[in-house]
Amino acid sequence: MTNSIADIHLADVLMITGSNTTEAHPVISLEMKKAVRQHGAKLILVDPREIELAEFATLHLRPRSGTDVALYNAMAHAILENAWANDEFIKTRTENFDAFKEAIKDCTPQWAEDITGIPSEMIVEAAHMYGQARSASIFWAMGITQSSHGVDNVQSLANLALLTGNFGRPGTGLNPLRGQNNVQGACDMGGLPNVITGYQAVTDEAVRTKFENAWGMSVKIPAKPGITVTELMQGVLDGRVKALYIMGENPMLSDPNTNHVAEALNEIEFLVSQDIFLNETGQMAHVVLPGVSFAEKEGTYTNTERRVQLVRPALPTHADAKLDLDIICDLGRRLTNSNGKTSDAVIHPVSDWNYKDASAVWDEIASLTPIVAGMSYQRLNPNGLQWPCPTADHPGTPILHKEKFTRGLGKFTPLVFREPAENPDEEYPFVLNTGRLLQHWHGGTLTRRSEGLDWVVPEGEIQINDEDAQEMNVSSGDLIRVTSRRGVVTGKAKLTSKLPRRMIFMTFHFVEVPANKLTGAAVDPIAKIPEYKVSAVKVERV
Amino acid sequence: MIKEDKVVTTTCPYCGVGCMLNLHIKENVVYKVTSPFDAPANKGNLCVKGRFGYDFIHAKDRLTQPLMRKNNELVPATWDEAMNHVAERLLEIRDKYGPDSIGFLVSAKCTNEENYLLQKIARGVIGTNNVDHCARL
Ligand code: SF4
Repeated sequence: MTNSIADIHLADVLMITGSNTTEAHPVISLEMKKAVRQHGAKLILVDPREIELAEFATLHLRPRSGTDVALYNAMAHAILENAWANDEFIKTRTENFDAFKEAIKDCTPQWAEDITGIPSEMIVEAAHMYGQARSASIFWAMGITQSSHGVDNVQSLANLALLTGNFGRPGTGLNPLRGQNNVQGACDMGGLPNVITGYQAVTDEAVRTKFENAWGMSVKIPAKPGITVTELMQGVLDGRVKALYIMGENPMLSDPNTNHVAEALNEIEFLVSQDIFLNETGQMAHVVLPGVSFAEKEGTYTNTERRVQLVRPALPTHADAKLDLDIICDLGRRLTNSNGKTSDAVIHPVSDWNYKDASAVWDEIASLTPIVAGMSYQRLNPNGLQWPCPTADHPGTPILHKEKFTRGLGKFTPLVFREPAENPDEEYPFVLNTGRLLQHWHGGTLTRRSEGLDWVVPEGEIQINDEDAQEMNVSSGDLIRVTSRRGVVTGKAKLTSKLPRRMIFMTFHFVEVPANKLTGAAVDPIAKIPEYKVSAVKVERV
Repeated sequence: MIKEDKVVTTTCPYCGVGCMLNLHIKENVVYKVTSPFDAPANKGNLCVKGRFGYDFIHAKDRLTQPLMRKNNELVPATWDEAMNHVAERLLEIRDKYGPDSIGFLVSAKCTNEENYLLQKIARGVIGTNNVDHCARL
C-alpha cells in the first residue's frame, strides 16, 4: 500500500477492484465500511460477483472476467474527455503523458461497454466520481494480479491515479492488499529471484559486492536473476532443477495446475520440506524438518501497509521441533564448515551462522537494507514502523510518494487491452473464478484444524448461479462435475444469485475439492503470477 | 474464571492486515485471544480467524521430529542425521549440476529473519538466485 490502514476513512472516494475485502482482509473492510457509513465516502466497487461490499457501493460495476484494462483505459478516456484530470500534477510530477493519451484515444466508454459488458454511462459515472474526488484511493487484491496480464491491470490503475494526482495525501494512493501475513516481508527480504533485501537488484554489481563482502562469501552471487516458482516446477520436469528446499509452503495445494506440480515433485531428485505439519508437499519430500508455529517464535512480520511488527514467543518449542531460525543456521553451519561430505567449492567457513537471537539477524538485515536501516527491535516495540525508515531517528513513512516518486517522475504506461488467456467457448462455456472465504485460510492447513472454524464451514462447495443451475436441474447439495482442459473436480453445488450467469466460484481451502486442479498455467509475462480468476470449464450434473 | 499465567502481545499469523494480538496463556495453552484497543493496524478489532483460529498450535498431528525417506517411506530420524543428509545432498547436487539446479522457496508465512537467512543460504552459500515464494499465488 502506498497509504495506511489508518487513513482509509479519509478518502472521499474508494475504488475497490478484484478484492472481496470482507472475506480476505476482514479488518480492513471495517475501515472501508466506516469510510462509507460514518464519513460519507462514495464507493466504486468493481467485481463480477455481488460480494458483501456491494451493499455499501454507490456504484457497482460488474465486468466480464479479465477485461480490467479495457475498463480503466475507458475511465481514463472519460476523465480526459471531460477535463476531470489534474493538469498541474500531470505537468509537474509525471512523464510519458502524451504517449499514454495517444494510446487510449480510441478507448471510449462505448468501446469498453462492448468488451466489458458494463453500460457506458456507468463507466463515465465512475470516471466522474473518481476524477472529481478531492482524495480517492484504489484498493485491489488477487482479482487484479492473478491474471495473465496482471501487471497491465495494475498499471492501468496507476495511470488513473497519475491522471488525477491521487498520490501522497491521506486517503489517496494505490493500495494492493497483500494476502498472507508476511507476503510483504517475504518480498522485502529478498524472497524473489531478481532482488536481494529491500529490492536491491541482483543485476547491480555494487549491490552484489556489498552483500558478498558483508557475508564473507566464497561464492559469487550470480548477476543473472533466478527463476520463479512456476519456472522451478517446469525446470524439474525439464531436468534443469534437481533439488528444492521448501520452507512453510505447500505448492502441492496452492500452485496453479497442481497436477503439474505433483508430476514435478514426483520426479525431483531431492526435496526438503520445513513445516509444522506433514502437508501434501512434505509427503513427497526426502527430508521433513519440523519447524514451529508463530506462537513459539521471535521475529518480525511486515503487513500490507509496510509496517514491520514484532512476533513474540509465547509458548515453548513443540516436542522435538526446532525454531525455524535455528534450523536454517544449523544448515548454514553444516554447509559452510563442511560437516558431512565436503565439496571443494565450499571450503571457506563464511559468516559463522551463529546469531545470538532473532534481533541479531534483524540488525544484519538493517545494516544491509536502506529502506529498514533505521529499525531495531527496540524501536519496533510496541507499534512497529512503516518503511522506508532509513535512519535511527526517522519516524517511518505512513504515506509514500509525498513530494516525489521513488523513481522521480511518475510514469504513464500506454496499454493495449488483451483478452484473458482462456475465454469460455462452446465446449467449456463457464468461467471458473477462485478466491477465499472468511473462515478459512489458504490451503486450510491451519484453519481446518480449528474445530470452530471447521464447524462453521466444514466443506468446500462449488458456487453456481441459480438460474444456470435450474437449467441443468441442479439443486444445492447435488454433486456436480467441473471439467477444464487440465483436470476434473467433483463437489457439492451451492446455488447463489450473487454470481453472474455462466460463472462458478470455488475456493482453494479444501483438499477434497481442489480448485487448482482446474486452473490454467498461463502466467503474467513479467510478474509470473498465474491466471486464477479466469479458466474456461464445463459443468455437469453427476 | 481462568486466570492466565501470562499475556503475550504478538502479530496475527493469517492475513496481510497484520492485526496485533494478545495471546492469553494458561499452562502453555493459548486459551483466549484479544487485541489491544490502541493497536496500530486494527484498533482492537479481529476477524474470526484471528480471534479463534488457534487450535492448530496444539494440534495432535503437528510434526514432532525430523523425518527421512528410507525405502520410499518417511521414517523418524535424529536432527543430526537429517541435517547432515540435507547438507550433503545439497552440496553433491550443486557440485554435479551447478548451483542453479537448486531452488529455494521461502515463505509468506515465515518471519522476515527466517526468510532473509534462507535466501542468504541460497545466494551466499549455494550461489543461486533461484529464490521465490508462493505468494504470487
Ligand atoms: S485478525 Fe483477521 S484481519 Fe486481522 S490479521 Fe488476522 S486474519 Fe487478518
